[in-house]
Amino acid sequence: MRVHLSMVMAVMLAALGAAGTARAVDPTELPDPALQARYLALTHELRCMQCQNESLADSPVELAADLRREVREQLLAGKSDEQVRAWMAARYGDFILFRPRYSWRNAWLWGAPAVLLLIGALVSWRIVRERTVLLATDDAPLEEDRQG
Amino acid sequence: MNRFLLPLGAFLLLAVVLAVGIWHSPEKGVIASPLLGRPAPQFALPELNHPGRQLRSAELKGRWYLFNVWGTWCTECRAEHAVLLKVQQAGVVPLIGLDWKDDDAQARDFLTQLGNPYQAVAVDASGRAAIDWGVYGAPETFLVNPQGIIVYKHVGALTDDTWTREILPRVSAAAAGS
Repeated sequence: MRVHLSMVMAVMLAALGAAGTARAVDPTELPDPALQARYLALTHELRCMQCQNESLADSPVELAADLRREVREQLLAGKSDEQVRAWMAARYGDFILFRPRYSWRNAWLWGAPAVLLLIGALVSWRIVRERTVLLATDDAPLEEDRQG
Repeated sequence: MNRFLLPLGAFLLLAVVLAVGIWHSPEKGVIASPLLGRPAPQFALPELNHPGRQLRSAELKGRWYLFNVWGTWCTECRAEHAVLLKVQQAGVVPLIGLDWKDDDAQARDFLTQLGNPYQAVAVDASGRAAIDWGVYGAPETFLVNPQGIIVYKHVGALTDDTWTREILPRVSAAAAGS
């Protein structure tokens, strides 16, 4: 078990190392630290459309670099995070957003957990009630059943 | 009866939901462009074969055109080139090229060697025009109607099949209707 744990640690450390090299993919340094923080957050939550499971920040392909340039320039021009996201989604669809937006089309997805929980609660409540009724009507000792 | 129907119904519902999920997974097809049914993005870019001249999207309004995003670095573009030449020969709809992040001299060589199917080629050196069109991988082809609306998009190499089954009917139906 101890061996396994150290292997897990090694994998986690390797993952941390990979996160470190993301800076090598994107050496951007914005003059304002607050802007830099927003830039990093945005490039991490926007999808690289070419590689699809990587964020803009982690992807070495040219399109990702072009889209990072857009994020950088728009932030420097004073655009808000939401404006940048909307700009991206207008061209590439909501698929480019790793954090999906709430809309009437995906409302059922957001609502589904609550609905399922409610159904589960209803079913278990009915089962419990049925069993309570059973207990109440059949409390005669087994002995009597045999004799009767 | 209810005892069996209810779980069976729940199972079937789940099966349908999962099947839809599998059919529609992004890996299964292409990502739908939000630009479909919307006006084609504006651009004003240098023309590949006429140095000093600009190609403006406004000039293209009022007629059908196929907007084809390509590059000499793109192997699939080489594969679709024969189909583009056929489209040009058919003479139904003009091809406008967008040379995406390419070397101008190489692009000109490419067209001299393989034939030039384009009525005009816009040069997108910065890649900004391609982003405006929501392009995520060359080749991509857009069909734009005379009102300047994108009515169809094809991702990947254009094939004879796409041409005859998707593009041609749209253009000729419109021509018959007017």
